[in-house]
Amino acid sequence: MKGCITLTNGNSFAGEWLGDNQYSAGEVVFYTGMTGYEQVLTDPSYQGQIVVFSYPFIGNYGFQPESMESAKIQVSGVIMAECFPFQLEGDRHSLVAYLNEKQIPALTNVDTRALIQQIRKEGSVPAVMHTESITADSFQLEECWPRTAVKKAGTGDMHIVLIDFGYKKSIVNSLVNEGCSVTVVPFDTEMSDIEKLNPDGFVFSNGAGDPMRFSSYFHRYKNIATRYPVLGICLGHQILALAFGGETMKLKFGHRGANHPVMNVKTGKVSMSSQNHSYVVKKESLKSTGFNIWFENVNDKSVEGLVHSQYEISSVQFHPEAAPGPQEHAQIFQDFIKTVQHKEKVRSYA
Amino acid sequence: MPKQQDIKKVLVIGSGPIVIGQAAEFDYSGTQACKALKEEGMEVVLINNNPATIMTDKTFADEIYFEPLTVEYAEQIIKQEKPDGLLATVGGQTGLNLAMDLDEADILKKYNVRLLGTDIHSIQKAEDRDAFRSLMHELNEPVPESEIVFSVHDALVFAEETGYPVIVRPAFTLGGFGGGIAKTKQDLSTLVKQGLSASPIKQCLIEKSIAGYKEIEYEVMRDENGTCITVCNMENVDPVGVHTGDSVVVAPSQTLTDDEYQSLRKASLTIINALEIVGGCNIQFALHPHNSEYYLIEVNPRVSRSSALASKATGYPIAKIAAKLALGYNLHELKNPVTGTTFASFEPALDYVAVKMPRWPFDKFHQADRKLGTQMKATGEVMALERNMASAFQKAIRSLELKTNGMYLKELTSVEEDVLYELAAEADDRRFFVVLELLRRGVSTDKIHEITKITPYFLSVFNQMVQLDQTLTKLSLETIEEPQLQLAKKFGFSDQYLSGIWSVSKQQVRSKREELNIVPSYKMVDTCAAEFEAKTTYFYSSWTGESDKKPAEKKKVAVVGSGPIRIGQGVEFDYCCVHSALALNKMGREAILINNNPETVSTDYEVSDSLYFEPLTFEDIYHVLQFEGISEVILQFGGQTSINLAKELEEAGIQVLGSPADTVDQMEDRDRFYQFLDKISIPKLAGFTAHNEEETKKFAEKLGLPVLVRPSYVIGGSGMKVFNSYRELAAFLQNELVSYPILIDTFLQGIEAEVDVLTDGEEIFIPGIFEHIEGTGVHSGDSLTVTPPQTLSNRIQDQLIALSKKIAVNMKYKGLFNIQFAIKDEDVYVIEVNPRASRTAPIMSKITNVNLVQKATELLLGTPLSQLKLEQEHNGQPFITVKAPVYSTIKLPGVSPVLCPMMTSTGEAIGTDIDYTEALVKALKGSTLQLNNLWKFKGTIFAEGEAAKTEAKNWSQLGYSIVTKEDMPFEVWLKSDEKIAYMNFEAETDSSKAKHVVLERIHVWSRQETAQSFLQAALHIKNKRKEVLI
Repeated sequence: MKGCITLTNGNSFAGEWLGDNQYSAGEVVFYTGMTGYEQVLTDPSYQGQIVVFSYPFIGNYGFQPESMESAKIQVSGVIMAECFPFQLEGDRHSLVAYLNEKQIPALTNVDTRALIQQIRKEGSVPAVMHTESITADSFQLEECWPRTAVKKAGTGDMHIVLIDFGYKKSIVNSLVNEGCSVTVVPFDTEMSDIEKLNPDGFVFSNGAGDPMRFSSYFHRYKNIATRYPVLGICLGHQILALAFGGETMKLKFGHRGANHPVMNVKTGKVSMSSQNHSYVVKKESLKSTGFNIWFENVNDKSVEGLVHSQYEISSVQFHPEAAPGPQEHAQIFQDFIKTVQHKEKVRSYA
Repeated sequence: MPKQQDIKKVLVIGSGPIVIGQAAEFDYSGTQACKALKEEGMEVVLINNNPATIMTDKTFADEIYFEPLTVEYAEQIIKQEKPDGLLATVGGQTGLNLAMDLDEADILKKYNVRLLGTDIHSIQKAEDRDAFRSLMHELNEPVPESEIVFSVHDALVFAEETGYPVIVRPAFTLGGFGGGIAKTKQDLSTLVKQGLSASPIKQCLIEKSIAGYKEIEYEVMRDENGTCITVCNMENVDPVGVHTGDSVVVAPSQTLTDDEYQSLRKASLTIINALEIVGGCNIQFALHPHNSEYYLIEVNPRVSRSSALASKATGYPIAKIAAKLALGYNLHELKNPVTGTTFASFEPALDYVAVKMPRWPFDKFHQADRKLGTQMKATGEVMALERNMASAFQKAIRSLELKTNGMYLKELTSVEEDVLYELAAEADDRRFFVVLELLRRGVSTDKIHEITKITPYFLSVFNQMVQLDQTLTKLSLETIEEPQLQLAKKFGFSDQYLSGIWSVSKQQVRSKREELNIVPSYKMVDTCAAEFEAKTTYFYSSWTGESDKKPAEKKKVAVVGSGPIRIGQGVEFDYCCVHSALALNKMGREAILINNNPETVSTDYEVSDSLYFEPLTFEDIYHVLQFEGISEVILQFGGQTSINLAKELEEAGIQVLGSPADTVDQMEDRDRFYQFLDKISIPKLAGFTAHNEEETKKFAEKLGLPVLVRPSYVIGGSGMKVFNSYRELAAFLQNELVSYPILIDTFLQGIEAEVDVLTDGEEIFIPGIFEHIEGTGVHSGDSLTVTPPQTLSNRIQDQLIALSKKIAVNMKYKGLFNIQFAIKDEDVYVIEVNPRASRTAPIMSKITNVNLVQKATELLLGTPLSQLKLEQEHNGQPFITVKAPVYSTIKLPGVSPVLCPMMTSTGEAIGTDIDYTEALVKALKGSTLQLNNLWKFKGTIFAEGEAAKTEAKNWSQLGYSIVTKEDMPFEVWLKSDEKIAYMNFEAETDSSKAKHVVLERIHVWSRQETAQSFLQAALHIKNKRKEVLI
């Protein structure tokens, strides 16, 4: 069946429709990594978005449940140039079959390169995937909120509470691998309930959309951050900056891929990072927040990481847990754990 | 800013003559490095005795030394030039080895030369197998169980413990030379012996075989500050067991999960950091197909063939950036030249696939051992870019210029199925096509996977191609509908193939397509998958979507390249294409280059205004011309590949500048050529075109013996043979697959000479004359040659020039062409006219200071010859230059090293001096570095045949011992350690001994003139040493 994706500006890109679900709307974004489609599709940061893969051959190694970053496919639609349609070795599902089964609309045979060039010009705008004609109000998108119940993982002594804005499984795994036990709590959990968990430190997770949506909780997050060691990742990083009085802005088309160079401004070392975000912390808004720049984007010089001058807060815009993408930043978790351990020692001798 | 402010002058070591395992990719890396150094204001001094390269041009270096790549000569240059730094990582293994030798001889310290980039200890750590293994153990990176051995015995002991098969890898050799996989004790003894003799330090690594694993490569870069990036990874379609240079390769990897991709990437970074590489580095892994376990196979601490491929596949200029890192820059300080806005410290994202396929010489050497293993055998390679996997493979197939019908190799269609199974199990150069043939015959991908261990993903891509082919075959041009035709083109089926299966003309298929508006679009290689705006002028075709480029309304000319490097069509044609593009630019034209060879300078997008990476077939080229709106094309610089396109392009309304199709045909069609010569009364040798066996025999008798037999339209004398008896000729005609018509000529025993001629159709200019040292019957590419001529009289030389002028004014041609002459006594005959630039054009350009190709390009655009100031620019040839061929026969078991009319050499070296003998010494020393050292004046020479025995006597005075079969059976001599040379001037009919000998790195002299030249050189060296002693 033929279908297409139409952007707010009315431009349409045709393709071959996969699946029964014949309509989907969402913000259209593109991902430039050449591997990692399993993680991208299941990353809650992509919740409600239509993802365009720039790499034209998707599905070559199938779909394995153990590679999922959350319990389900999070995107509202997938746009590909080609999707490998055949049976794969062993117990790997074919991606086509999996998308069909989960009722995720997908288009193949799309000129993804031209579409991405369009997004580059227009920005990440609302878009609709459809097989029949659509009306102008189709571009009104519903807001999505992360919804999680409390979850526990790991058996380590160090207890980290993960504030969930739409977390990736790999963040929890990275902490567990470093010897922590982790409790995931919803972003709106009351302070008193959090305290009961006896946390040693906090991680503010990644998530979808505009961080200002969470502004009514900023005072609570600031309270946590001034009292415990905190690591912020992606949306969590933005929220921490906002909680201390910083500002954020939306990039035209964001950073989504596995090849974004970031520089540690202290060491001058550049590393490749996995990224997935539209919003960034405004550099000039940091003056009175107490935050100093830790990492900077080599290409557009945007803020990629912060450390606080007074409190034990560090945060990164990129994904140290990788999945997908370069596994170069495991050190960030290790350093965070060290800080937590140190703080604990200080506390026990105090 | 670069950190090393005190570096002002840099010596760059080139890779020398082209051999298998070290080819045009180092011309590309060397040229890029020279360019980068000059950009930084460095004075560049270059040592490289390969005259066919672009890098040895004044355009790219300030001082160029065509000297042998040995410590002796390098020291002289260092002494004279006093460079501050040495860049040794762009000249392949040869460059690295020379740098290590210079360091060991303390020459770098003595003259205070700093090795730029990667430290010598790091290089040693990566190169020395033992040191490397301990480092990997330290890093916890898995390497296959292995042991270093210095004897056959130790190797056997190891294999007993680990079990067979095992891999033998000799230390410090090119392209895995001397190694292989041993399945039995017998195999192992043979291989280890060969390997120990190949290794300069007499050391081999014996390794547990991990054949069947996926072979994955990473191209990694690191700066002094420790920032690392992986430019690209690549997946070999052929699993571990076949040398990566002989494997079909795709970039990026296609079947690795993100976890696998990232874990190998992480390991690459750990390794390059531990080795403290500054610059580029290639890391090879073996990855278990199911459980993600991996082993490290190899690390190359320098730019390599793979890095050239990665550069072309991604657009990221590895060698150029590596040179800048060597000067102290950091990656984040360097702009990514592709986007111009992002920085070099990022990893390219591709939105297409690159497929590389090797090009082997076995279409020419039927008798050779075609089996593939750990020793590389390919002479060149092609690359195709596409957004459709099947089409990428089909484009690569078309680029190979083999005898294929679509994706099938013609010779396999009649092969029995069980033979195909054998060929699939034990890979030779045809395996890729064997797989397609089996699929065509309905064999399942499962079964093929079982036999070949090729990852099922690739097999299902191939199967998809075959399935679509079978669907298309059932249709016809009338019945096919638009979506199906669109799909066929998307999957890479050419008009030519479709016209074949539908029994219509190519023109009819094209018309139908054009009616339906099914034409390709052109996409940009931008390193970033369209995330950022890019400025590159590097394109490939695809049959879906929009074009990235809007062609400019400028005056444009296309230059068609020469495709993969083959014996007989080497890097010299790339040199020509590059200069033609540069000249077009100077003359205000936009130069559009079309080629498919990832190794070369011509496919560096900075060379031309636009580069199109396409197969060199009519259809692929015509589409580019249509898209760009070009009506003028230059074909005379891309060798036989491009001039063969003249007819079809003209028929499509394209103007072929300078070399019209009719002239090409007139020069190449025997009958027409002879009519031409007769018409203008030029002496030629008697000859005929024979259409069958009977006719051939009849003509042979008419001509009298000896006769020369050859096919029409060939590259590098493929299939040429001289016959001294009718019986031999009859046997040949009966036993060999001869495709008629064939050409049969009188074979004249005399001297050969050749000239490169510039002409505007009225006037000519000949910069110099090459005289061949061996007499007639040796292919010009294989003979020792000298210029200016040493024995030709002035009268003869004048005659050559007069005949050249006569030919030039009478043929309809402009530009550069080549004439080969045979001379007997005072008579001159024209053997052939090549209506294109020839192998000698770069040499002549360099030694006379007249850039023949650039001048020819001016002629093509209409400038009269008289305005080119040729006489003023010509330097009057103050030096004598000797060219010596360089062979790769040691890597091609079964290929005869005996000189004959068919070309065998892969490269060439020159020596230049005011004295002929000194030039000869340099040429011979420089061309035989891969063989046993002849210049120590000891060792045994095996002489066979009366002439050789007589000649050999001259050598005994120099300290060599002469051995004949009366003294010692050949087989016994072959096993002795003292063997140094084999002399037999009658070996053409039976080359079996010569074939054996050459594998042992022994000099083979099959012509008296060759042996005498070596003798002259040896005498000169010996006398010079005496003088020093006195």
